[in-house]
Amino acid sequence: MNQPLVEIRTSPHIHSSPTVAQIMRNVTYALMPLVAFAVFQFGISALALIVTVVTATLLTESLFAKLSGRENTIFDSSAAITGLLLALTLPPGFPLWMGAVAGFIAIALGKTLFGGIGFNLFNPALIGRAFVQAAFPVAITTWSPAFAPGRFVEFIPSTLTMPLMRPADLTPWIEKINASAGNAVDAFSGATPLAAWKFDGIATDSMDLLTGMVTGSSGETSALLILLCGGYLVLRKMMNWRIPATVLAGAFITALLLFLFDSEAYPDPLFVLFSGGLMLGAIFMASDMVGSPVTPLGVLIYGLLIGFFTVIIRTFGGLPEGVMYAILLGNALTPLIESVTQPRVYGDKQKKGNSA
Amino acid sequence: MSTVTPAQNSNTQNSAKMIKTLTLIAMISGLLVVLTFELTRPLIAENQRIAVEQAIYQVIPEAVDWQEYRLSDGKLLVASETTEGISIYAGFNQAGALAGIASEAVAQGYADSIRLLYGYNPACECITGIKILKSAETPGLGDKIFKDLDFIANFKALEAKLNGEQSALENAIITVKHGEKTQPWQIDAISGATVSSRAVGKALNDSAQYLLPRMVNQLTTIKQMSMEDETK
Amino acid sequence: MSSRPRIKETPVTMDTFLKGIWEENPVFVMLLGMCPVLAVTNSTINALAMGIATTFVLLGSSALVSLLRRGIPKQVRIATYIIIIATFVTIVDYLIQAISLELYNALGAFIQLIVVNCMILGRAESYASRNNVTKSVVSALGMGAGFTIALLCLGTVREILGAGTLLGFPLFGADFEPWVVMILPPGGFFVLGSWLLIFALLKQRKTKMEELTRAH
Repeated sequence: MNQPLVEIRTSPHIHSSPTVAQIMRNVTYALMPLVAFAVFQFGISALALIVTVVTATLLTESLFAKLSGRENTIFDSSAAITGLLLALTLPPGFPLWMGAVAGFIAIALGKTLFGGIGFNLFNPALIGRAFVQAAFPVAITTWSPAFAPGRFVEFIPSTLTMPLMRPADLTPWIEKINASAGNAVDAFSGATPLAAWKFDGIATDSMDLLTGMVTGSSGETSALLILLCGGYLVLRKMMNWRIPATVLAGAFITALLLFLFDSEAYPDPLFVLFSGGLMLGAIFMASDMVGSPVTPLGVLIYGLLIGFFTVIIRTFGGLPEGVMYAILLGNALTPLIESVTQPRVYGDKQKKGNSA
Repeated sequence: MSTVTPAQNSNTQNSAKMIKTLTLIAMISGLLVVLTFELTRPLIAENQRIAVEQAIYQVIPEAVDWQEYRLSDGKLLVASETTEGISIYAGFNQAGALAGIASEAVAQGYADSIRLLYGYNPACECITGIKILKSAETPGLGDKIFKDLDFIANFKALEAKLNGEQSALENAIITVKHGEKTQPWQIDAISGATVSSRAVGKALNDSAQYLLPRMVNQLTTIKQMSMEDETK
Repeated sequence: MSSRPRIKETPVTMDTFLKGIWEENPVFVMLLGMCPVLAVTNSTINALAMGIATTFVLLGSSALVSLLRRGIPKQVRIATYIIIIATFVTIVDYLIQAISLELYNALGAFIQLIVVNCMILGRAESYASRNNVTKSVVSALGMGAGFTIALLCLGTVREILGAGTLLGFPLFGADFEPWVVMILPPGGFFVLGSWLLIFALLKQRKTKMEELTRAH
């Protein structure tokens, strides 16, 4: 019955890779600047929305852990990250009750039903967003102006909608904001840069898109800030940089080809790159370890496809934004991509996956 | 091998039995179907008549009586079982005068085609109302074309005036973006349901451009025909 | 000689009827006839009408199949069943048109599609062709009721969330924000999935409890 004190093994002796909790903690750090900027830009409504969605995801995670009799996994922060990412993709004035629904669906339908962390097919945050996009198509495309004067003292009127009720019409509030701002030049029209381009053919300055001086979902406005936060994760080796790089490259190439084909009808590729949720999606969602392939060639195909789909959906689809559906499509294709890109072991005819 | 083996014999017996059974069942089925058809036919016809009548009275507000005509080869004829052509419904007001005509229009919507009935008043040369007969538009968005009261108000008096030569509409009926309606022939779209709103505009324009030039001279015939009805 | 298995005739019991509602529920247990379950349950009325129409077809075809069961040769039984089922579907189609055109338009092609509802053919093949008329009719009623209840389960949830109404009466007042997705086809899948989940949980609980009591 003597147990050896030291377990002796032959090489290779591999380093332990960072634990799930470590990775998740770092992602949370990387998201904090985005959260701060969202609150700075849209005020207490954005803060309330983020808090609500994160609370909803955490509660759902606990509830399902309890129902299935498993260990409670809320402390590995993955549910919190899902909540944060989800909140950052929602419009800042999104009613809180709808945000809670989105958070519940994200965890319940997107994660726990598949067996919890590591088993989900799709990015849970995007499942939540896709659900509310389909359920509340009007609320999720109602935008509010950035840097509204009273944003730290009053809520956007639609934020505090009673559960199950229709959010208030934002038009009078926006008119009031525009009137108090006093300059007609920058009057807010209620359209994001993408919608302005798609429906009215108005291009937004790339510099504004980079710095985030525009409206949009809470956390997607500043491309530069998202890039910096992503850079932190890459430096800490917490993220596969090839995924965002290939997604952005895929979008850029597709947009460039369209732009070269007809520069009147299609937007400038830089505009495509910096507008909407592409940056946020490429860096924080497409790179989700669970839903993306592991083979190097697979990563390349996956990223390029997502970028390509994004531009195609934006350009030819009915909606101005397509990142969400592109990433979900990429997630769905991942098993297929992995199965066709399995590398072969040198000198072996069989596929690596079969011998393992 | 000219003798019939027992196996063959039972095969022929079997197939005879199969045919008998199938024939019997088919006859029972036929009987049941014909019986139901005969019993329900008057009810179904009445339901359809009521549906048409309600739609006509809705799009021609003054109508209290109606008559179906068919436009075939450029001639307007009283509809009977055998007349072919596009159905035109004439609505008559209390005095028995022509209050308007109604016809169907179709255009491709967001999901499947949208079919609607619209009323046209020759006196004001305008469309007096529409009723969506069939649509599969998205609930909550596209289906506002028959729920949104502001949108329906577009069709209380939508101009559909013919040009001098009576060959086409003077101003094509067109759907404009929400809040940008300035002319009486424009339709103010529902914000968030532009595709469906445009489909309604296109259906009306297509139908009016085609029908009105071909019909306008024959409206007097309708009046005469209705007079003949009166004298009968 | 017919090689059809002969099941010993047992008397009609309450169980013959109840099996279709709970133990062998065509939707929640056997997962049969999913097409109308997902397609026409966007409102309670549609669900109810579809349930009743299907029950009627099931009842008629079961009775007729059971009545003729000894005369139908084995080789053409499927063809015969289909003719019988199609007859009752046509009848129901006329009847619904006669009752309400609005309902007829709302249910659309799904009335005619009752003919391919595998639950009906399945019951004709596996039950009505082997049992006497009384038992077949009782069992068809049970199955029909089970199917209708399942449709109603989906229809009420989808109508309440998707339109804020129940049987057309508003529940939450004018300011209710409808969950559009619930009326659309994906909503059918979501709600069906949730019901199946709930039933699976209940069943699991029940077996666990039984094991516990047996252990003691």
